Amino acid sequence: MFSIERWSEVFEAISKNKLRTFLTGFSVSIGILILVLLLGVGEGMKNGIELQFAQDAQNRVQIWSGVTTVEYKGLNPGRRVQFKNKDYDLVTKNYGDDLEYKSSTYQRWVNVFSYKENTSSYRIEGVLPDYQFLENAGIIQGRFINQQDQDRYTKNVVIGKKVRNELFKTENPLGKLIKSNGVNYKVVGVFQDPGGDREESRVFFPLSTMQKIYGAGNDISNISFTLPKAATYEEAVKKSTALVGEIETLLKARHSVAPEDTSGVNYFNSIAEAKKFYDLMANMNLFFWFVGIASLLAGIIGVSNIMLIIVKERTKEIGIRKALGAQPSSIIWMILHESIFVTAISGFTGLILGLLLLEAVGSAIQTEFISNPEVNLNVAISTVIVLVVSGAIAGFFPARRGAKIKPIVALREE
Amino acid sequence: MIEIKDLHKSYKVGKNSLHVLKGINFSVKEGELVSIMGSSGSGKSTLLNILGMLDEAEKGTYHLDGVEIKNLSEKIAANYRNKFLGFIFQSFNLINYKNALDNVALPLYYQNVKRKERTEIAMSYLEKVGLAQWAKHLPTELSGGQKQRVAIARALAGQPKVILADELTGALDSTTSYEIMELIQEINDEGKTILVVTHEDDIAHMTKRIVNLRDGIIIDDRKVDQVKAKAHV
Repeated sequence: MFSIERWSEVFEAISKNKLRTFLTGFSVSIGILILVLLLGVGEGMKNGIELQFAQDAQNRVQIWSGVTTVEYKGLNPGRRVQFKNKDYDLVTKNYGDDLEYKSSTYQRWVNVFSYKENTSSYRIEGVLPDYQFLENAGIIQGRFINQQDQDRYTKNVVIGKKVRNELFKTENPLGKLIKSNGVNYKVVGVFQDPGGDREESRVFFPLSTMQKIYGAGNDISNISFTLPKAATYEEAVKKSTALVGEIETLLKARHSVAPEDTSGVNYFNSIAEAKKFYDLMANMNLFFWFVGIASLLAGIIGVSNIMLIIVKERTKEIGIRKALGAQPSSIIWMILHESIFVTAISGFTGLILGLLLLEAVGSAIQTEFISNPEVNLNVAISTVIVLVVSGAIAGFFPARRGAKIKPIVALREE
Repeated sequence: MIEIKDLHKSYKVGKNSLHVLKGINFSVKEGELVSIMGSSGSGKSTLLNILGMLDEAEKGTYHLDGVEIKNLSEKIAANYRNKFLGFIFQSFNLINYKNALDNVALPLYYQNVKRKERTEIAMSYLEKVGLAQWAKHLPTELSGGQKQRVAIARALAGQPKVILADELTGALDSTTSYEIMELIQEINDEGKTILVVTHEDDIAHMTKRIVNLRDGIIIDDRKVDQVKAKAHV
């Protein structure tokens, strides 16, 4: 089937009909181009969302209190619920074995910090030692808040990379004092966070210190923890959903919040949220494939149509060939060979164009939700397979039709 | 070479059936040059198509070189056409994107002859019809007479048992027609069996035998004194 003879026949037919061949190939190229672009953007969105979730530990759960909306046990709605250290202690006492990292935090919005002549304002959070892992914070200098800081109410703080860069410029911040509201704090560590600047412009205090300084008593803003890794993703989602449910019930009971109240006790379950996004992503990917394949299909139908016209146009030639002794199979192969060749070549062109386009434009469309649009090798290979197969399908039916024409009928054609 | 007995063929035209061949008995020996004559509708083209295995008869037998031609599959028919028959058509039927040489070589391609050999054989037949220097020209660059010569070379290239010519001079002026007939006579003199379908008397008289067809039966079958085309050129 791949004899030089047949190739030269195909090239002859193609070179004599350049426009026809070009138009055929063009539709296939566009189809593949769109498929590749869609898949690339789909991959980019997946990367983007993954990056969003990389800010914090993926299996993190955060619980915070709010204002009740439902009357319960004689208490009016609109009551503010305040979590205390005791709530945290209770949760860790009851469920400690099920948790991997845990921390309660106390947050204040922004504070002004200064070092020498540099002054700027940053978010501050009072945290426990485990918080480092809950935040996915990587220590690049010094250390994180430790248990001693917590126990002894030290005025040690850990600052984000951005804070360091702004306040200290090139100076080594470790052991230096920064001032806020007239109080000096010692920098003991610098962290970086995959979440970027926004996450890195924070200052962490020991929780106990912060509660004392701000006169918060035993108040805490929220309770955060992660769960140990489960064998499967599904299992992890199931476990964490169940655990969060139990803790929610416990806390609601303690604070007399109605079980159906959705705002007195709030929580964010990363892994469950992530699952929603991944499910959405999977659906979106499916959709992209569907649209891509549909556009490819349109191209293939175009090829099939053009092949039909080609067969019609070549009816007389087919008749002559049959009169001279061409076997039906040789007619089928002649046309099939041409269509596979044309679809493969133009498909590859579309594929390469698509990849180049992704490469060129890809870096320019880095947004919060699209990052690194790319097409992996598997996809490229499957596209190529789809191509060759579709070329064969697009060519086969017209070819069979051509082979079935009776020579006597074909020869009469003018 | 050709043996036909009681051949019938009819076509369906709407609801009616048109009986075109109504029992043809006819034989051709090796080396004969026969013309089949008749007005249009006499069935001569149908007969030629059946002889050429482009069409099939309903009734009757057809032997070609001792082989019975019957219930042929497409594949076998193609094979027989390739081995036994050479066609010459009124409208030449050359493939217009192939040059003269490639057109002549086409039957050999379907006989699986290697390219180099094919080109050599095709060239020798082009020389025979006097068109060696036109080998690389496309059919559109050739005159009608030249095209028919290429077609004749193509019909000969496959070394068939019988050459079937359908109104081969129908699209040519009389001078060119005679030149073509001269070539046909030459080939016949070398021993090739040739059947010519024509409705022109002068062309028919350049063959050795005339078979007259009317309304689907042979009304006359006689040997004639061959008029040499050379005298007219």
